[in-house]
Amino acid sequence: MIEAHDLTRRFVVRERAGLVRRRKRVVEAVAGVDLQIAAGELVGYVGPNGAGKSTTIKMLTGILVPTSGTVRVAGLDPVRRRIELTRRIGVVFGQRSQLWWDLPLADSFDLLRHVYRVPRDQHRAQLEQFGELLELGPFLATPVRQLSLGQRMRGELVAALLHEPEVIFLDEPTIGLDVVAKAAVREFLLEVNRERGVTVLLTTHDLADIERLCRRLLIIDRGRVIWDGGLDELVERYGEERTLVVDLAESRAPLEVSGARVVRIDGPRQWLRFSRGETTAAALVGAVAAEAQLVDLSVEEPEVEEIVRRIYKEGV
Amino acid sequence: MGDLAGIYARLIGARVRSQLEYRASLALQFVGMAVLTGIDFVAILVLFENVDALDGWRLEEIALLYGIATISFALSDLAVGHLDLFPQMIRDGTFDQILVRPLPSLLQVVASDFSLRRLGKALQGLAVLVFALTQLELDWTAGKVFVLVAAVIAGTVIYAAVWVALATVAFWIVDAIEFVNAFTYGGSYLSQYPITIFGRWLRGLVLFVLPLAFVAYFPALVILDRESGLALPAELGYLTSLVAAGTALVAVSAWNGAVRHYRSAGG
Repeated sequence: MIEAHDLTRRFVVRERAGLVRRRKRVVEAVAGVDLQIAAGELVGYVGPNGAGKSTTIKMLTGILVPTSGTVRVAGLDPVRRRIELTRRIGVVFGQRSQLWWDLPLADSFDLLRHVYRVPRDQHRAQLEQFGELLELGPFLATPVRQLSLGQRMRGELVAALLHEPEVIFLDEPTIGLDVVAKAAVREFLLEVNRERGVTVLLTTHDLADIERLCRRLLIIDRGRVIWDGGLDELVERYGEERTLVVDLAESRAPLEVSGARVVRIDGPRQWLRFSRGETTAAALVGAVAAEAQLVDLSVEEPEVEEIVRRIYKEGV
Repeated sequence: MGDLAGIYARLIGARVRSQLEYRASLALQFVGMAVLTGIDFVAILVLFENVDALDGWRLEEIALLYGIATISFALSDLAVGHLDLFPQMIRDGTFDQILVRPLPSLLQVVASDFSLRRLGKALQGLAVLVFALTQLELDWTAGKVFVLVAAVIAGTVIYAAVWVALATVAFWIVDAIEFVNAFTYGGSYLSQYPITIFGRWLRGLVLFVLPLAFVAYFPALVILDRESGLALPAELGYLTSLVAAGTALVAVSAWNGAVRHYRSAGG
């Protein structure tokens, strides 16, 4: 459904070099990205700010022309068949709105029906279904500007899906939302993906989105895809380090036990990081108990958030 | 084409509906606009307190120019004046949103607003035009009626085209709006006067670069049975529609070229 080969995008930026002179610098925002996303997949696309996520999305949706490389979305070349492609894809930019600010939400949907030339019956059926899923009823007649961010985002999702696209691209759809609204957005995306087979590619900074939604994760950094695989695999491969947290009877110097190292101390509490391969939690507890008087303990599993943060920092 | 006109009407209709939510505010702005822009004509009246004619043009004749130019400008302002805000649409990403919809980008940008208060200025122009037509003792012919009506329509198209063509500058330099305004609002003043009062460069500009001389000057020559005072014949007043069509074509091509640039250079 989405295919990119050696996708590259360079920008020329002019920066100050002295009082009036400008120096041109070429920045490679996306550097040779390969993507293969099958119909019906739900894929998360993450990376630190400026990694190239949005630039990739812009090239896949036809907004930006790649500097080099090839792209196919729904079988179409977004560069040359942009308008045709717009009917087959849906796009949600979390930070912008595609709704008419001063008009009731329902009016925006009606205008979009005409923009995409969706037959009236089809439109009504879609709206009914989505409306139920997202509980839009209470605020359909409210002007968009008066909606809460969560309500508006639900409106945006529906707006992107009314013309029954095969793929939707979401650029940070949960940004700024509260916990409840985030959950509603996630449930809806899962439902749309599962029931309608809509292919979903979403960028996010909230890894809980990924954990909840995506079987597959792409991590991009400095324009390159540095991880493409399942979330489980990622945790297995990079999350082999667990942490034993021990509360001792009194504060003391860092414990010295083989197979683990102290990564943090807070009063009588110490954090010991260890690898699955090298030792076990049980052996470690024994070793600690031999050194000091143990009051309490717990084992922390690696969090996806932590793993991804480490990958951003240290690479794969 | 018919489809596009239909969707344009719908999008504009939506804008009109939302303005009608605040009728009182709209009415005030409408009147305010009419009074404020009426000061332009007061300036001309003051001028004629001191002189009897401007390069051979009497007050009623200048009023005819002013009326045609002002109505045309106001209508184009109504249709595309919000291109003022276009740089903002590029900066905040609204234009990217436009590019993922199945309609021509220019149509969407133009249909993004329709500020009814600007009709206040058209009303003021109409008042001056009626004043001119009642004061002038004209021999009306079918040809002159055609020229008058065509002038207002063609004038609207010419102003709008100039606006669109200049707005494309924003694809390269986002903060160029003052530069654009100098030509659009400045242009509306230029066409309120007989172009023979301008120097060579300004004349060349309104004849051949931004064809503002075709908005009011040439049509007025025909209506008033005047000589052109230029090397060009007054009969060009019959051809304003052609000039408008040509200008619009250039503007739309410039826009499409600019969008291509934007997509390949990335804003």
